[in-house]
Amino acid sequence: MNAIEVTELSKQWGQTKAVNGISFNIEEGEVFGFLGPNGAGKTTTIKMLVGLAKPTGGTAKVAGYDVVEKPRMVKKHIGVVPEQSNLYDELTVYENLRFVSKLYHIPSTKIDQRINELLETFKLKEYTARRFRKLSKGLKRRTVLAAALLHEPEIVFMDEPTSGLDVLSARRLRDLISGLADSGVTIFLTTHYIEEAGQLCDRIALLVRGDIVELDTPEALRSHVQDTPIIEISYNGEELTPDDLQTIKATDIKVNRNKLSIRTENIDRALSEFIKIAEEKGAKIQDVQTVKPGLEDAFIQLTGLSLDHMEREKEGKR
Amino acid sequence: MSLREELGGITAIIEKDLKAYYFKPPNISWGILFPIVLALSFSLRNPEGLTDLAPGLISMATLFGTTSMEAIVITFEKRVGALERLQLAPISLTSILVGKILGGTIFGLVISIVMTLLATLFLGAEVTSLSMFIVVLILTAVAHSALGAVVAVSVKEVFEAQTLSNYFRFPMIFLCGIFLPLAKMPTLLQYLARLLPLTYSVEALRACMTATSDNILADTVILTGFCVLLVYLSVALFRRNQES
Repeated sequence: MNAIEVTELSKQWGQTKAVNGISFNIEEGEVFGFLGPNGAGKTTTIKMLVGLAKPTGGTAKVAGYDVVEKPRMVKKHIGVVPEQSNLYDELTVYENLRFVSKLYHIPSTKIDQRINELLETFKLKEYTARRFRKLSKGLKRRTVLAAALLHEPEIVFMDEPTSGLDVLSARRLRDLISGLADSGVTIFLTTHYIEEAGQLCDRIALLVRGDIVELDTPEALRSHVQDTPIIEISYNGEELTPDDLQTIKATDIKVNRNKLSIRTENIDRALSEFIKIAEEKGAKIQDVQTVKPGLEDAFIQLTGLSLDHMEREKEGKR
Repeated sequence: MSLREELGGITAIIEKDLKAYYFKPPNISWGILFPIVLALSFSLRNPEGLTDLAPGLISMATLFGTTSMEAIVITFEKRVGALERLQLAPISLTSILVGKILGGTIFGLVISIVMTLLATLFLGAEVTSLSMFIVVLILTAVAHSALGAVVAVSVKEVFEAQTLSNYFRFPMIFLCGIFLPLAKMPTLLQYLARLLPLTYSVEALRACMTATSDNILADTVILTGFCVLLVYLSVALFRRNQES
């Protein structure tokens, strides 16, 4: 059975089309990744699905309820982890969770029991009496996630859940998300961290300028670029410019200081061409490796966006 | 839509707002200090006339207490995404705004009660009709808290809310009969004053404090009308802004 059904969903702000008639279904218990650069329409799509914005075309059903006709029922069945940790700074962790419990009409006799379960699961017990503003970013994200789960929603929307977190906190949060998925909760996840989506998601939709350009499993998306291997070459000496490398026949060449990344159908030929250039320029090869293309490569190939663009996106989020 | 669920949501929002914003020591002290300073300033200028000014000072303190805090709380929550959290909960937009307005109302009532105590205990003012006085105080706090909400949902930033609030508040101080009786004002200004809720608050409170019942019922009905109108307006503007 489908947890989310989206048919020809559109949103237009004035003359600007934010979402262009997208369609997809998400099965119950699935972890669904929604990837795309800023302005692709991810947040607008989420806003329509959670009842914060009205579509200008198409339909969407969440937990079996139409988002326009029954937004209140939709809200009862979903939890939302927004990108911004938007709990209340002046309230403690416990007070925040208690407030959210009341908003979701959890019977007062069950509130404390449910809060304690979540404090335990999210390892927040020792911070119960701490004000939200005094928590670290990682603890704030865990508290926000706990708040989204208080009413035991069937579907959880997560917008950039690990954005701005350090490596350890991000890993801990990913583990919690995986645990949640294992317990059968449907997860709709947006993230800029493509490899994170690859680890967590059963399927990924790539959204560019309001259109879904690809929707498949991470493995299937990777397979789009698996046939085109990448060689990475490290060298000493003067830094080579893209002009120096013009004679190499390749699908894509990236230069990053004294490291080159060449995507090519013919590794031997590209390598021998590079050796010639290196000799001419006095560069000394340090290391050569063949790399299996990842999901990021698939994303770049399928969306037509550059790596620089993606990096700017990531930096913008930090 | 269950009424119990809506009331539960409203109560939760009031409780949270009072705890998170209103009943913080700086806000309480500002809310109480403001009317005290006003009372002292006027007593220095005209010690005998202070009793006459008491109804106006109480209304004015309520006006400033409610509109300032309400506008700050709502705009702040809009900016940090906390208002969106409320919109994601299964309660209506009307309940969210009513919860916010009632939080501001309680804060305004606390300030007006302090001001009333000061006026009666130290300045010789009298409340001759306590039950009507309480009704008018509540209506005054609701109307002006809702006015703060109207301002807050119409702007994006806290400073914009403060500036816009002042466009309403300062003319109200001079037009609504606090310092100068309405009858002594030019006819055009009298008509203008009749468009502002504070005029009816001052008039009704004065009636409750001077043993006269002039227009008190009409003032109360009109104030109730302002409460309904401003709550409706805040919800409608919020809904419209959300969609755009």
